[in-house]
Amino acid sequence: MSADDQALTRRGTVLEERGPGPVRVALPVNGTEHAVEIEPRVSLLDALREHLQLTGAKKGCDQGTCGACTVWVDGRRVLSCLTLAVACEGREVTTIEGLAEDGALHGMQQAFIAEDAFQCGYCTPGQIMSAVALLEEGRTGDEEIKEGMSGNLCRCAAYPNIRAAVRSVRDRA
Amino acid sequence: MRPITYSRATDPQSAVATVSADPTSDYLAGGTTEIDLLRQYVLQPRRLVDINALPLAGIESTPEGGLRIGATTRMSDAAAAPEVRERFPMLSEALEKGASPQLRHMASLGGNLLQRVRCSYFRDPLAPCNKREPDSGCSALTGHSRDHAVLGTSEHCIAAHPSDAAVALTALDASVHTLGPGGERTYPLDDFFLLPGDSPHREHPMAHGELITAVEVPPTPVARRSLYLKVRDRASYEFALVSVAAALSVVDGRIADIRVALGGAATKPWRARRVEDFLVGEVAERRAFAQAAQVELAEARPTPMNAFKVELAQRALVRALGTLAEGTGLEDGSPA
Repeated sequence: MSADDQALTRRGTVLEERGPGPVRVALPVNGTEHAVEIEPRVSLLDALREHLQLTGAKKGCDQGTCGACTVWVDGRRVLSCLTLAVACEGREVTTIEGLAEDGALHGMQQAFIAEDAFQCGYCTPGQIMSAVALLEEGRTGDEEIKEGMSGNLCRCAAYPNIRAAVRSVRDRA
Repeated sequence: MRPITYSRATDPQSAVATVSADPTSDYLAGGTTEIDLLRQYVLQPRRLVDINALPLAGIESTPEGGLRIGATTRMSDAAAAPEVRERFPMLSEALEKGASPQLRHMASLGGNLLQRVRCSYFRDPLAPCNKREPDSGCSALTGHSRDHAVLGTSEHCIAAHPSDAAVALTALDASVHTLGPGGERTYPLDDFFLLPGDSPHREHPMAHGELITAVEVPPTPVARRSLYLKVRDRASYEFALVSVAAALSVVDGRIADIRVALGGAATKPWRARRVEDFLVGEVAERRAFAQAAQVELAEARPTPMNAFKVELAQRALVRALGTLAEGTGLEDGSPA
C-alpha cells in the first residue's frame, strides 16, 4: 500500500457493497412497512408493481419523460422509474393506492371523474399524484397549474379537463 | 439494465475513498441522468455509491454576500430559495425552466452540472460517438444535428451542453468545490467545463472519484436585475434550442455592468464575453445589442440543420438585453 493509499484509508473507509443479487430492502409504502427481496438495479416503479402488486403507478416511457410513474417519496412528487427502490430504504413512499381514506376517494380523484379528466386513463394515476402535490407546493395560479403539470404527458390530450379538475380542487380549498 | 451493486455513503470521505479506489464505481445523486443512461447501456458502472444521505444539501450566505449551494441541494429547493430569487433571479429562472417538477425534486445541483448531453447518438450505444467511445467517430456531423451546438464545436463533437442552471452560473462567475483523494479543490466554472476539442469524452477536469461538494456564487450586485430567457420547441419541459442568461446595470444612460451567457447553442455553457466587452460603456439600445450579438456569433460553425440557431441566438440576446433595459427609460421601444 502506498503512502497515498494509507492517507486515504485514514480519511475514509471503503463502503459495504450490497448486491448485485437480491438484497432485502425495507420499503415503507402508504404507511405500511414492506420488505422486498430485490436486486439493487430494480427501480422503485418495478418494486411497487412487480413485487408489491401496487400497479397504480404506470410504466409509460421508463426513461423519465412521461410522468405516468409519478409517486411521492417523503411527500415530494418524483419519477419512480428513475428512482432505485434500494435508495428509498427508510423513506416514505406514497402511491395512488394510498390516496383514498377509509374507502373514500381523494378530492382530486373525485374531481378527475367530475371533470372527465381522462380518456384511456393510463396516465391518470401519475396525473393525480402530481396534481395533489402541485397544490401542496402552493402553485395555485392558473398559469402555475399549467406549467406545474407539464411533467405529466397525456396522449389522449385531456389537458383542458385535467387543468379544470385541478382548478376545481384549488377553488374548493 | 446490467446488474449493479449499491452502497449508501454516510460521510463524504468514505464516498470519495470508495469511488476513487474503483474505476467501475459511480456516484448516485438524483439519478435522473445516471439511471436513465444505465438503463440504456450508455453508462456501465458496476457499483453505485449513493451520496443522497451526505450532509451536502442546503444554501448558505457567504461572508462576502454570495451564496454557497450544497451539491445535493435539489433543483426545486435552489430555485425556490428566497436568497437565490432575490439576489440571482437568472439562476432561479434557469432552474425553474429546466426539466419537469418531478425531475427538479430529484435532480441535485451537482448532478445538474454533470448531466450528459442529449445528442441522440451519444444516447445510442450502437452509434459511433467520440464522447461515449473515443475515436469511434461523430455521427452527428453527418447525421441529425438540429439540436446541436454552433459555438465551441470541433470536428470530433458538436453536442450542445444541456444544462440551464450552468448557463446562469457561468454568467455569475460561480465556482465548483470538490473533494478528491488529494483533498479539496475549487474550479472556476468557466474552466470546469471543457470544450470537446479532440477529447470530447473529457467534459470536466475532475479525477475519477472526485466529488462535487458545493457551488459557490460570488456577490454580484448586477445580478439583481437579471433574467433567463429559454427558447424551445414546446413551452415547457424541453431542452433549450437557445437560451440567454443576462444581467444588466445602466448608469447615466450607459451600460455600467453586464453579464451574459448562452445555452443550447454551444458545447459548454458559453460566457458571451464578446457581448460584454462590446457593450460596456455603450448606450443601452437595441442597435448596440444587435451589433454585440453579431460579434459573439461571428465564429459560429453551424451545420445545415442547425444554422437557424445563429440567427435565433442573436435575436434571443437582443430580446433578453432589451427586456432588461426596459424601464430604465433607455430602450428605443422597437421590438426585439
